[in-house]
Parts: sequence; structure tokens; C-alpha cells
Amino acid sequence: MANPTTSVAPARSQQAPEAGALVARRKRRYTLLTRHDKILLAFMVGVPLTLDLVLIWGPTVASVVLSFTNWSGIGPITDKNFIGFKNYQFMFTGYTLFWPAFLHNLTWLAWLTFIATPLGMFFAVLLDREMRGTRIYQSVFFLPVVLSLVVVGFIWELQYAPTDGFINNAFGLVNSGHLIDWLGNPRINLFAILVATSWRHIGYIMILYLAGLKSVDPSLREAARVDGATEVQTFFSVILPVMAPINVIIVVVTAIEALRAFDIAFIINQGKNGLELLSILITNNSISEASLVGFGSAIAVILLVISIGPIVLFLSRTMRTLA
Amino acid sequence: MGDSREAKRVQNLLALQDEALRLNPNLTRRDVLKIAGYGSLAAFIAACGGGATNTPTGITATGGTMSLGSYNTDPGSKAGTQAIVDAFTSANGGTKVKLNTVDHGTFQNTISQYLQGTPEDAFTWFSGHRMRFFAAKGLATPIDDVWSAVKSNYTSGFEASIKGNDGKAYAIPTDYYPWAVFYRKDVWAAKGYNVPKNWDDLKALCAKMKSDGLIPIAFADKDGWPAQGTFDILNLRLNGYDFHVNLLTGQNGQKWTDPKVTAVFKKWSEITQYYSPAFAGLTWEKGADQLLRKQAGMYLLGLFVSDEFKASGSQADVDQLDFFAFPHVGSSFDAEEALDAPIDVYMLTAKSPTLQNDLGQAKAFLEFVSKGSTQVTYWKNAPGSIPTANDADTSQYPALTKKAVQIVSGAKKITQYFDRDSRPDFAGPNGMQGFLLKFLSNPSQDTTNLQKDMQNFWDSLPPE
Repeated sequence: MANPTTSVAPARSQQAPEAGALVARRKRRYTLLTRHDKILLAFMVGVPLTLDLVLIWGPTVASVVLSFTNWSGIGPITDKNFIGFKNYQFMFTGYTLFWPAFLHNLTWLAWLTFIATPLGMFFAVLLDREMRGTRIYQSVFFLPVVLSLVVVGFIWELQYAPTDGFINNAFGLVNSGHLIDWLGNPRINLFAILVATSWRHIGYIMILYLAGLKSVDPSLREAARVDGATEVQTFFSVILPVMAPINVIIVVVTAIEALRAFDIAFIINQGKNGLELLSILITNNSISEASLVGFGSAIAVILLVISIGPIVLFLSRTMRTLA
Repeated sequence: MGDSREAKRVQNLLALQDEALRLNPNLTRRDVLKIAGYGSLAAFIAACGGGATNTPTGITATGGTMSLGSYNTDPGSKAGTQAIVDAFTSANGGTKVKLNTVDHGTFQNTISQYLQGTPEDAFTWFSGHRMRFFAAKGLATPIDDVWSAVKSNYTSGFEASIKGNDGKAYAIPTDYYPWAVFYRKDVWAAKGYNVPKNWDDLKALCAKMKSDGLIPIAFADKDGWPAQGTFDILNLRLNGYDFHVNLLTGQNGQKWTDPKVTAVFKKWSEITQYYSPAFAGLTWEKGADQLLRKQAGMYLLGLFVSDEFKASGSQADVDQLDFFAFPHVGSSFDAEEALDAPIDVYMLTAKSPTLQNDLGQAKAFLEFVSKGSTQVTYWKNAPGSIPTANDADTSQYPALTKKAVQIVSGAKKITQYFDRDSRPDFAGPNGMQGFLLKFLSNPSQDTTNLQKDMQNFWDSLPPE
């Protein structure tokens, strides 16, 4: 916005610089923004802003307020409900599930970042090579993305079930009596559902990345080949830098997927016994029969603070590319 | 918070069984008061009660409409509920019942939103602490008028189980079922097993079953709550009814760090080696399947295991099903013969938008489900649920049901089950369900820290 019009703007009441610029020009040019236009503008800014405030910032602030109470979700909130930082204090010091859940979210993030997302990108690169049957492969890998995570959870439950699940039967573990409790053993169940999540995540990343690859100018590759670059060199030195905007999106999508991880673990066992996740602790505390709305909100606030990280990263990158 | 009312109820059931159908003189006024006072923990919040309609003008109505929210989703219980609803419609001048069936677990987990939102007129629920909790919050409509009209059909023990903290009636009890150790008669006869009389017998039997290639004790705790049944019975046997109730309600300063709780876990660890492999990944239905398919020798569960036998097996399988009370452990509390025997109820919501209109029909429905004939209709579909009404036709009961009535009658103390006797937030997936799974993942561990975690969690809960 650093341009001559800005210097005019401050003189023009408290309007935003852009609006000020327009108004300034209108004075000179005499017409342009009619009353109708102004109403329309106010409408177009006002409606999304109101929705944003009511649907996003309202609940957010409410959560923050609730996190200082011990409200049970029933009846009015009175002064007696406010208990200061007690929820936070208990969460960090006494609540045995918070740190495991936090760790599980981190594991989730690491798994997606270092295994699932790179795999998705790798598939995208492979499929971008116009090999035979690429459409079929695309469909196959993308299919899980279309399914709801609830369905994905159910499908994998059928794979993992100890006595009549596919995996234990296929490897003869049922008959030999050495059952592996994929979903019940707290040491391995997190990884079992990470495999299930990846099954879906890989297809998602693949499609996103493939779309980006398709938009890369083919002449770049040709130029690289003419210069004698190998396939690998071409990808890392030419394609990857060109794909920077997509890469940011991929990173942010991965981070967000890790933070909002919920469905599969909840379907499997309501997120207990090794599958605790922050989102599940929020749910189990605030909207279960337990009704510990205050405490659930406190966990939600922590998750919000963590989530702000990738959001800021994303926004700052987008703003920079726009500027 | 099940309590001595339960014990009394049992004795009343005895009366039922004797076909004498008389009130049990053992239920003293003091007992009733004690029972009523049990919810005092939550009593101070009860101030916000009110808001409930309680105008007994005509009480019931025919025709019209009403709605019912049901958590009966198992095949048998679902069919049973539908049968009741159909029978009600034809008996009550064609009252149209809008039946909304919600998955059992979901219904439970969302109950507080459900009752505060736009619930149906009537709903299926549990007696005990879980009923009083929502009644005290003003989310259920008192039904004293219906109760006084039907109470002659119940032994007085049931009356205590449906009273809120304010002394008003809130529910109609329709069925109950005991928890016991189930087994297949044919398997036991073939192998020559005998019902274990005490703890050592039980362990010896387990060892023998194991050497015979059976899973000695089917155990399936994916859902988290089944393990609580074992905790209940071991705690009742080792430490007695009073300790158990105090522990689950935190009354009289009872703490989870008590060495008596350690003793329960220690005792428990002696039999965990005989459990189903990979039990933390099995649902209770899978456990029932292991018993049904003769893979497992015993199964500690509620009588509803017979529903699963009926649904997945044949009538011949159901006929082979038998059970015995959990064996004595050699403590002074063995004589209590305590066990879990939860009661299921129907209640009226308070915030249903249609209740004002349908109150008569809804009350007629409650009156209808209090009839023995209605309960028998349900029981025929779900044989694991024993009717509660005095006028239920007990002559049709097969041996299994008769024995179930008998075992409950023989118990001097009855509890409702962990998650009905304690706070729901404490009993839930991130509470005791998780803690017990943690214990079971390594039963031989020193449980001191685990018990500390339990107590810390309890202490962190806001006042009810």
C-alpha cells in the first residue's frame, strides 16, 4: 500500500486506506462510487465479517472464557463457576492424559510430514510421467480421500480386528495363537491407525501435488534436459523451486491434518488406551456424558494456540506472494 | 450410588419369586431416607431444578402422538422396543409414536446435549446416580402421578431406585439383569468341570481349562466398560459393599489410594493371565462369541450375554447357557453375596417441544411399560432383561431367567454397575475406563502411581 494515495488517506476520517484512496479519486473524478456502490461494498465486507465474528471469533472467545470456569454445560454460568487458572494448572500438572495426547499429536505430525506426505508427493511425480494407466492409478489412490474418515476407520477396523481381522488371519497369527492386538496394544495402536490415516492422506497429497505438477511449464523440463540434468536433479533444482506455493500449501495441509486428527482414533476406541489426542480429549471432556465443558475448553485453547503456528506461516506466505 | 435400596429390592424380588408378591417388611423408613440422602453430593445444584410440568389433570390421554428416544440398538432390544411401541399404539387408541433410535454409546455420550436440546417426550435411561444427576439438573419431568397409579405393581425396593434427590418419582423401571460368570453346560459336562466355590477353585479351574486348550475366561475390553464389572465384583468381595459405594462416590473421604484398592488390583492380576488374548481390541460381543463357539470356558458379564447367544447362535445355544455367582474370595464380605444388577428405566424429558401437547400420551406410555405384559413382550425379544413388574407372567421364564431372579434375590447387597454408581465423567473413557486398561496392559505392575492418578483425576472434577 506504500504509494502516494496513502498520504492522502489519513486526512480522510477513519476510513481504511483503500477506501480513502477511492474516495479521494472520486472527489477528483466526480463520480465512480454511487451510494448504491457504497451499500454494496458495505454489504460485501459486512456479511463475511459478521459471519467470521459470529461463527469463528465468537465461539473462540467463548471457549477462552469457558476455560476459566468449571461449568458443566447445564444451567447458567454464575460467579461461582469461575475458578481462575485451575483447569490449566491441572491440565499441565495433574492430568495424566494431556502430555501423552500432546505427544501423540506430535507423532502424528512427524509421521505425516516424514512418511505420508513425501510418499504422496512421490506418487504424484510418478503419475505425472504419463505412464500407461495413470488415470487408473490416480483413481485408486484417490479413492480413500472420497471416503469419510468414519468409513476409513471402519474399514481398517476390519483389517486389524484381533481374532477375525484380515491381517492376523492372513498371516496365520490366529491359528498359531500369537495374536497381535493391533488396536488394543497401546504400544502399537497409534502406528496402526497412522497407517490407516496415511492410506487416505497419501491420496489427498498426491492429487494436490499432481495438480501443481501439471501446471509446471514443460519447457522448463526440456531446458533442464538439454542442459544435461538428470531426472533427480531436474526435480530438486528446477521443479521443486517452481512449485514453492504448492509446497507451502502441502506443508500447511499436513500440519492441519495432524492437529485436527480425530475421527479414526475416535471410531476405533473413543481415543483411550494409547490413542489419546488433543481433539479427542476436548470431545470426551466437553461433549460426552461427562460434561466437563470448562476443562474441555481449556484443552481447546491450548490446541488453538498450537494451531496458530501453521496458520501464521500460511498467511504470511500467502501475503508475501500476493505483495 | 446403588445402595441398600438395592439390597432391599432384591429381597423384594424374592417375594416376587415366591409368588407371594407382598411388600418386603425389611425396607425400613430409615433405609428409604438413607437412599434419598445419597445424592446429597449433587443436592446443592438441585436448586435449579423446577421448570418441569407436574399437572395431573387427567394424567393420560389416548390417540394423538408422542415421541420416544431409545438407545436400544442391539438386535433383540431394538425389536423388543418396536414391539412395545406397536402394542402401545394399538392399546392406546392409535397413538402414533415417533421412535428415534440412537446408537447406545452415542446416546449415552450425548445425553446432556440431548436433554437440553429438543429431545423426544420420553427416553430410555438407567436408574441410579445417572438418573438422579439429570433429574437434579431439571432435565427430567417428575412423574409422581404416573408412579402413584402404577406403584402397586412394584415391590417397594424399586420405588427407591426411581426417586430423585427431591423425593419425586422420575422413572418407570422396566427391566434389570444380574452380572455373573457365564458358561456353556455342554462344554463343562464334556470336560467334567465343576462350579468353583472359592478363589483357589477358580484359579485351578482356569489352569485346567488352559491345559485343555480353552481360553479360561473370555474378556473383551475394547469398549472400556466391561472391565469395570470385574473391578466391581472383586472390590465388593474383598472390601464389601460400603467401601465400594464410598469409593465410587468419594463419600466419607474414601480415596483411590487406599491399600484396599491395591489389594483389588493384586487379586485381579492373579487371573489376567487366563484372559482372552488381545482383549483390549475385542468388543464384548466378540467375547460372547468366544463363549458361544466353545473357545472360551467362562465369561463374567451381564445376563444380556444371552441376547448375543440368541442373535448369533441358535435356541439350542441359549439353552446351554448357564451361570454362577462370582466365587467367594475368603473375605468377611463374601457373605454379602453382592453383585451388579443394573435397572433400566423409561423417563420423561423436560425440554421436549412437544411434551406440553403429548404429556397425556407420554404418561400413558409410561403407564403401559409398567405393565408386566409389556415387559414380558420386551423380554421375549431380549431375554437378558428381566421384567420388574409384579404382574409379569413368571411362569414362562426358562431356567436361566429363573436362576437370574434367584441369584439377585439371594444377594444381600446389590450395586448398579460402576458407571451407573459413580460420576459419568469419572467412569468414562478418559477416566476409569482408561485407567483400568492401563492396569490391564501390565497387571503385575505396582499400582501405586496408577491409584494416585485415579485420585488426582477424581479431585480435579468440579462439584456436581
